[in-house]
Amino acid sequence: MDISAHPEMPATPAPIPALVAVPPQFMAPERHPTEVASKPKMTVENVNVSYGDTQALFDVSLDIAPHQVTSLIGPSGCGKSTLLRCLNRMNDTIPQCRVSGRITMDGRDIYHRDVDVVELRARVGMVFQKPNPFPKSIYENVAYGPRIHGMTRNRGELDALVETVLRRVGLYDEVHDRLDLAGTALSGGQQQRLCIARAIATRPEILLMDEPCSALDPIATAIIEDLIGQLRETFTIVMVTHSMQQAARISQRTAFFHLGRLVEQGPTGEIFTNPANPRTKDYVTGRTG
Amino acid sequence: MTDARNGDDFATIHTRPAARKRLARRYRAERRFRFFGAAAIFLSVGFLALLLGSIVLKALPAFTHNFAALEFDLSAPLEASDPATADYDAIVRNALRDRFPEVAGRTLRRELSALLSSAAPVYLARQFQARPAGTGFTVPLSDTADLYLKGLLARSRTIVATGPAKWTTSGERGALETVTAPDLRAIENAFTGQGGQDGQRPSILIEIAGGVLKIGQLDANIPGGVWLARPRETGNAAEPGQWRIRIFDTPQAKRKLSDRQIVWLDRLVANGTVRPALNTIFFTRGASREPEMAGIWGAVVGSALALVVTLALAFPLGVGAAIYMHEFARPGRWSRFVEVNINNLAAVPSIIFGLLGLAVLLNVFGLHRSAPYVGGIVLALMTLPTIIIAARVALGAVPGSIRQAALAVGASPLQTVFHHVLPRAMPAIMTGTIIGMARALGETAPLLMIGMVAFIVDIPGGFADPATVLPVQIFMWADFPEAAFGYRSAAAILVLLVFLLAMNGAALLVRARFERARS
Repeated sequence: MDISAHPEMPATPAPIPALVAVPPQFMAPERHPTEVASKPKMTVENVNVSYGDTQALFDVSLDIAPHQVTSLIGPSGCGKSTLLRCLNRMNDTIPQCRVSGRITMDGRDIYHRDVDVVELRARVGMVFQKPNPFPKSIYENVAYGPRIHGMTRNRGELDALVETVLRRVGLYDEVHDRLDLAGTALSGGQQQRLCIARAIATRPEILLMDEPCSALDPIATAIIEDLIGQLRETFTIVMVTHSMQQAARISQRTAFFHLGRLVEQGPTGEIFTNPANPRTKDYVTGRTG
Repeated sequence: MTDARNGDDFATIHTRPAARKRLARRYRAERRFRFFGAAAIFLSVGFLALLLGSIVLKALPAFTHNFAALEFDLSAPLEASDPATADYDAIVRNALRDRFPEVAGRTLRRELSALLSSAAPVYLARQFQARPAGTGFTVPLSDTADLYLKGLLARSRTIVATGPAKWTTSGERGALETVTAPDLRAIENAFTGQGGQDGQRPSILIEIAGGVLKIGQLDANIPGGVWLARPRETGNAAEPGQWRIRIFDTPQAKRKLSDRQIVWLDRLVANGTVRPALNTIFFTRGASREPEMAGIWGAVVGSALALVVTLALAFPLGVGAAIYMHEFARPGRWSRFVEVNINNLAAVPSIIFGLLGLAVLLNVFGLHRSAPYVGGIVLALMTLPTIIIAARVALGAVPGSIRQAALAVGASPLQTVFHHVLPRAMPAIMTGTIIGMARALGETAPLLMIGMVAFIVDIPGGFADPATVLPVQIFMWADFPEAAFGYRSAAAILVLLVFLLAMNGAALLVRARFERARS
């Protein structure tokens, strides 16, 4: 297969544009390397989640390290997506869903009464399994978040922000002459990159990705994986994936779930080469799952 | 069943004769179903075409009316200080009499005047006051005269004479002295065919030498009778083909128009005084007891005012209620109860809403009787469940991924609904709303209860003026005895249908525009 002929793959891979042109307020704050290893960005402590009478998560505790990609893996129905949706409280929209335990972000309990869920979701962005751009123009898709959060003062700043973000996901060169086109008119891979652009446009600190590549072909998947690797510099990423190879390729930490319990977590290399739990071993080697 | 376990049977399970037969039976069932479906559609389209066709055919005569262009002597109102005080009755009467100087005597003159609408003087006065310097004023004919000219009142058959005839005149009376046998037989047949006395007998009019002789007796094979119009030619002989026998099978007593009036009308048409024109009265006037002066404009305005109120109340309330119930209300016993009752409300007969309007709006709150705004409120109550249900279905059809996407970028629930969910659901909500409005436009029963069935001549000028609405107007006209009202109610039905089609067209347009904006 001739990869260079694929519409989404430029013949010569476009270098990620330098962030020189970006106004400073859109840039992620520089992090000191020592900070990376020291404190977890998010902690999950003894979390139980149930939907009505069915318990989906049992006593899960997990640390999310900053500026790393954390993969949540496990067979279908093991609760990994449930945990992901707890991290930005998307589970709030499910009426019978009940969450107990403690989830903190920078040391603050995100389920505390004083936490504004709208603010939380602005700080914890999310990309969904199926690309779900708004049925509006490409421009509006990206500009919507910054606009409702009042991140820009005028049209010029908003335009600059949209351009920066679209460059960041490598979409600008492909769509810069048709920003008025509906986001839903793009190809699947482009739509997913648009959704990532939409998620990072509000400058979240954490990016949650729920199987972001499962609806895409291998080439679009490769582009997104590449992108995730670069986004790690700016954001902390938590990703649910069904693809063991994907988890191995792009994540630094991996957590394995089974039947609603966190079986094992650790550095990705360790989980894949030397898992402590036999169930993990069976799963990552493809014997069960 | 047991033989299916045998391996050989599996190999032939879909090819053996029994299976073939089963397959053939399935195809037959499908063909049968298709045939019934096509037949049902064909039948309903046929009935629809029949219904529409009969309405259009019945309505067409009402869109034109015959007007008489007479020479009106308008010197009196021109000289008067106030033209409104002039005696337009006399002006119209005299203008018509000038055309028929031979018509003498009270009875005949009254018969002549009856050709014109009784509202002709008023109509003339209005035209004159609108443009006093104008000329060529016309006045409408009476409904019966108009119907006769459209061929809807009395049918006649005409026999062109095959032989010559000689006619005589003595005073008012005349006779055909010599007629050839075939022509005489034609007259005899018509004369004796129905039997009975004069007035119960078919009218036989001999059109000869520019005059019209009505045959009243047939003594000694000499047809004789009264001249309804004197012959204008001199001499006493007519060539074959130059005179005609005209027979009205409906006797004079059973018609709204006498033989004399028919002769006068034919003359007015022949000399170009009476001409059909677009029936502007029908489109611009309110109710009237005279069919020729009755119009739908009052009802159209009443309908429009009521619908404006209905839309202004039902759309925001209905959509708001649907949004609250679908997006915000916590599911539970209470919200299920409300939902079930909204569905029940949609099935309540509309007259109940009318009774509610009468009992609560008129009797308790003392709002205006017959007022469009009260009608609008009642129709809004009636339309509300329809809009709520349509809006809830439309909101439910918006994919959840849109909501999640909006919430995930930090939109508040309200922003999510108004920025993303509602725009996406809007086309379907619009369609539901327009269906509800169309139903409200065609609604009669609840408006009867709140007095919008009143006979209102004036065009309503505001929401509190007494008014009626199109369907009620149709209902009233269909009840009136005059035949001309029958045609007018068909025409009003057509106008109502045009409005409904226009509304549906608007719905399509709005929908198309929304969908274009989205893609």
